Amino acid sequence: MDRKGLALFLGGGLIVALGLAFFVSPYASSSPDGLERVAIEKGFADAAQDHPLAESPLADYQVRGVEDERLATGLSGVVGVAITFGIGMILFGALRTLRARRAGPSAGP
Amino acid sequence: MHIPDGFINAGTSVAAGVASAGGVGIALRRAAAGLEDRQAPLAGLVAAFVFAAQMLNFPVAAGTSGHLLGGVLATVLVGPWAGAICITLVLLVQGVFFADGGLSALGLNVLNMAIVGGLGGYAVFAGLRRVLPKGRWAVVASSAVAALVSVVLAAAAFSVEYAIGGVGDVPAGTVFAAMVGVHVLIGIGEAALTALTVSAVLAVRADLVYGARDLLPALPHGGPHPAVGR
Repeated sequence: MDRKGLALFLGGGLIVALGLAFFVSPYASSSPDGLERVAIEKGFADAAQDHPLAESPLADYQVRGVEDERLATGLSGVVGVAITFGIGMILFGALRTLRARRAGPSAGP
Repeated sequence: MHIPDGFINAGTSVAAGVASAGGVGIALRRAAAGLEDRQAPLAGLVAAFVFAAQMLNFPVAAGTSGHLLGGVLATVLVGPWAGAICITLVLLVQGVFFADGGLSALGLNVLNMAIVGGLGGYAVFAGLRRVLPKGRWAVVASSAVAALVSVVLAAAAFSVEYAIGGVGDVPAGTVFAAMVGVHVLIGIGEAALTALTVSAVLAVRADLVYGARDLLPALPHGGPHPAVGR
């Protein structure tokens, strides 16, 4: 497997994800989604409780303290992509290590 | 599609949490057993991409929006087990950092979107691949149809949960009809975005697409489909 090609693909993919999060997400529709729409129409939308972490610095995809709403959304997307990618790399890296260890030096190809 | 706290009672949420934890546990084991070296970073990228894509709500009807759920996209790209983990990770990050999707409802959301939408959607994809002739177009077409079905399945799963432990007294059939109706529309968007992304990865690096690995030996020599050999 060409490691360089894979790294290039990962880098490119990450740039696309970051680009979508930063440049496109601020212009996404803010209408209620399918579930919210059904909840509103059928009258159980009010049952929704406030999120226990509603005061967190990234709550509702807005970086706290950034005045410009679009910029706040775009930045939160960039942070979210980075967090998800970071945890994903650690998690899947650990799973791979686990597999390598289980296979052992004699059993693995 | 992200259920907030309060829609579904505690007992049902806990039961869904237990079911989800079991499902994710199996997925972790199976992913650990089968994960190839190059798939690990790819799975990280898929999770990050799905996170970004889930921010992109598109309008589906008057005053209603939808966004990619990504269950079929993730499972087709990195396999059912790693793919289901990707969606779980996205839901976890959204719930913990972005206040999107309730914390007590996390198990419900994982059940609907990662297990039902991801694993269920992959089962639809695998079934379609079996009956369709081989070829890249079949991978893309199966992904698209499975993506649409997966969103409807996830919507149906919510309806079942609402019927069991929903707050309020809306008849189960009414919620089911409304949920499935709007999510067929959202599913069309899911199908388009999934097909677009799978085609793009197939065009750039077909060897990285888990759901197309059966086509691999034929790829370097070109195939019956004009898009295959370059």
